[in-house]
Amino acid sequence: MLVVACIKQVPDTTQVEIDPVTGTLKREGVPFIMNPFDVHALEESLRLKDRYGFRVAVVSMGPPNTEITLRKSLALGVDEAILLSDRAFGGADTLATSFVLAEAIKQLHQKNELAAVICGRQTIDGDTAQVGPGIATRLGFSQLTLVDRIEDVDVVSKKVRVRRKVGGWREIVEAPLPALIAVVREINRLRYPTVPRRLMAEKAPVSLWDNKEMKLDESMVGLRGSATQVRRIFSPERVKGEILGDGLNEPEDAANLLLGNLIEKDVLYFNSNR
Amino acid sequence: MDPVSHLGVFGYVLFWGLTALAAGVFGYRLYQLYRYLSLGRKEESYGQLFRRAVTAIGHLIAQQCQFKNLTRKDRAGIGHMLMAWGFLLFIVYYFFFIIIASGFGISDVMEHNPVYGIYTWIMDIVAPFIMLGALWGIIRRYIIRPPRLEGQRTFEAMVILVTVLIHPITHLGKIATQIAAGHPPAGLGILTPPISTAFSHIYTSSASLDLWHNVWFWSHWGFVLLVLIIIGYTRYLHMLAALLNDLFSTPPPRGIPHRINLEDEATFGVSSIDGFTRKQLLDLYACVEPGHCQEVCPAYATGKPLNPRSLIQDLKSNLLTNGPLMLEKKEPLLPLIAENGEGSVSEEVLWECTTCGACMEVCPVNVEHVHHIIDLRRNLVQLQARFPDELLNLFENMEQRSNPWGIAPSERAKWASDIDVKPFSADATEYLYYVGCAGAFDARSRRTTLAVTKILNAAGVSWGILGKDESCCGDSLRRLGNEYVFDRMAQENIRLFAERGVTKIITQCPHCYSTLKNDYKQYGAELEVYHHTEFIYELIQDGRLKLNPITDLGKLAFHDSCYLGRYNNIYEAPRQVLTAVTGHEPAEMDLHKERSFCCGAGGGRMWMEESLGKHINVARVEQALEKDPQTICVCCPYCMTMFEDGLKDKNITEQVQILDLAEITAQAIK
Repeated sequence: MLVVACIKQVPDTTQVEIDPVTGTLKREGVPFIMNPFDVHALEESLRLKDRYGFRVAVVSMGPPNTEITLRKSLALGVDEAILLSDRAFGGADTLATSFVLAEAIKQLHQKNELAAVICGRQTIDGDTAQVGPGIATRLGFSQLTLVDRIEDVDVVSKKVRVRRKVGGWREIVEAPLPALIAVVREINRLRYPTVPRRLMAEKAPVSLWDNKEMKLDESMVGLRGSATQVRRIFSPERVKGEILGDGLNEPEDAANLLLGNLIEKDVLYFNSNR
Repeated sequence: MDPVSHLGVFGYVLFWGLTALAAGVFGYRLYQLYRYLSLGRKEESYGQLFRRAVTAIGHLIAQQCQFKNLTRKDRAGIGHMLMAWGFLLFIVYYFFFIIIASGFGISDVMEHNPVYGIYTWIMDIVAPFIMLGALWGIIRRYIIRPPRLEGQRTFEAMVILVTVLIHPITHLGKIATQIAAGHPPAGLGILTPPISTAFSHIYTSSASLDLWHNVWFWSHWGFVLLVLIIIGYTRYLHMLAALLNDLFSTPPPRGIPHRINLEDEATFGVSSIDGFTRKQLLDLYACVEPGHCQEVCPAYATGKPLNPRSLIQDLKSNLLTNGPLMLEKKEPLLPLIAENGEGSVSEEVLWECTTCGACMEVCPVNVEHVHHIIDLRRNLVQLQARFPDELLNLFENMEQRSNPWGIAPSERAKWASDIDVKPFSADATEYLYYVGCAGAFDARSRRTTLAVTKILNAAGVSWGILGKDESCCGDSLRRLGNEYVFDRMAQENIRLFAERGVTKIITQCPHCYSTLKNDYKQYGAELEVYHHTEFIYELIQDGRLKLNPITDLGKLAFHDSCYLGRYNNIYEAPRQVLTAVTGHEPAEMDLHKERSFCCGAGGGRMWMEESLGKHINVARVEQALEKDPQTICVCCPYCMTMFEDGLKDKNITEQVQILDLAEITAQAIK
């Protein structure tokens, strides 16, 4: 069976600055990284491969340079990397993105029976957390969000049991396959690539699927297929915090200082459910 | 009266039979050991073999191996020198006066001349000194029991020392009976050997004299042949292996890891014993377990599972166990890296090394322990992706952000936001000040960075920085075995230096310093690199710094960092600077210069938990406190962190301060 991990290449937002004049992101020289949430989706798909022997494909929609991030996933052990890239796909919101991804997954499902699609909970550039659920809805898959543990996949009865991290509690849910699983960051820690795999990944093919290949209705993809239009991007004004202490003293003192200040400002919320 | 010809044909058959038998066993064992050695990887050819051979033999004759460790506390080397010199003289004696003289029945010719007289005279004096050396060895090992020889009171050691002790007695007996019988060297006048002559008076009966002479001769030669047989099976082997190991030893600076070849997976890391180079396997034969490395290892001293001596011995056992199987293309029996407790070296042992190089510094036989450890780490990191959890963050931060903490590269020049700093440009600035990750991001080390800039400006040095374009040098990655990522970072840095026209670099971190200077040389980078200690010293010597001696530091102790001292031989510059700045020579800790004790942060240990044994930094701080200083001077951001933490641990941050050499110098600038 096949597991598909959906990943996105994003600008390292901690290094992004906004041009104060034009109000747009200064993308120049900002490195691209694999969306930190998707890292865990990728790892979880690899763990399913280790546990059940599934084949793992990784799918990403994005500009051609997304290949760099797909190669990283090849170095970690995925079997196939597919880049969905076409000028027509550009400018997509979550609606159009989930459409293209769902169509790609559908094609993969026809060749190789699908057990699950795994996504990160959200991206760090859009922060919507809508693409995963969008894919599930479009394909009619079980929709399992906020998953922090995959308990078991039963390939005979075609069921998956996962643990969801909801509010202040956990719930264990069982659902039929195929399922869309959106994972939280606590689910796992990414493995580290071995050097032979890195070298192999440098030469391994990344399949490019453009719209000539996918033949999607152009009114459903990209900017044209998007319901959301961006008016303006700006940095919200933030009240600058104050620096406490000098960071050189005992960690215990620093913690006490911080705690004292938080209590004084009455911003702590003690949750009795935990 | 030659004991061989005395027995006629049977004598020659016996002599040559026994000699050939022993030589055969010896030769066969050497051949076997050579075959195991040849399982190792071939490395680049060694140049200047003749010059190296002369040096190695020179070292042997001068007993440099012993002189390097002769300290007031440990004088065992003297015993070794007596035995070694004696043995070298004996080899000459065996060859000319036993093998040629007795073996070919020409002892009359060989012995009737002053040369024989002089030589036996010398051997007569030498023999008791050899015995003295052996006796001292036995007394030290089995009665005095210094901690260095802990676990070393073995049967094998006893056999070696006893054979060395008894062998000269048989020689003296042989010469004494010869003199008593009136044969040479009797009749050589003042050349008559004094001790044997004295002993010769025991033999008064001419009937038993002949018998005794035969007994002494055959037992003497028998001992020699016995030793020849056991050389290849015992630590006697070091006599040959250590000489060869000197011949093939890495020229300084020692301990710089070798590059890997990305085309050849065999170089990515060592997973079985045949993955080591032949030189590395020769190290294992050369090891004679004097325990010097064990004595100086900071990990061992603080109760960690790493003992460099055991490590080398465990690797040797692995070679001797698996070698025969591997030669027959069979599966090795004993895993090199232990899994489920089964195997030669456990993973935790490998992660404890700080690569401080103290073991290599003291090793009398040129074993290069750090290379073995890094090659085994490479296997774990590069081929198996197995390493302590806390390193995952480090590796990712390094790869994505080129600093250990994962701070955004755009923050790299923030330390300079309040001062006027030029960006480096080949036209406008002479030196690149390569600040390093700690110097740029660590709050405490930034104070050192500012001190360095103050000194450079005061001396009118033309310098600039790369700012946010500066990347990590990759030292920790390389020492942790992550060579692939290091390799890419090194190439990127070298490309950047070339592109910007950087040729002269000043660093404040000994790790950056050594990496740019020594490691990058492997990539063909010809950079003129200075650590600030050297650079400040030169500025003072050239009279470019006007100094007001500072007197408020109290008693000042100096700590040598490993990558300045042992790795780069910089011992005097910081001491001279401190003397010039404070008007006094700094106080020396008991362990200083070549014997300095690591702060605990090298080899990537800076980024790892220290959960076993005592903390190395606390141990080092305690050593410093023995000297009762008010100020401890360091020259390295890692040492700075480790000492600061150590002082906090001891709760004496009020009484003792830690300062970098640059901070002290900056205080003295007019």
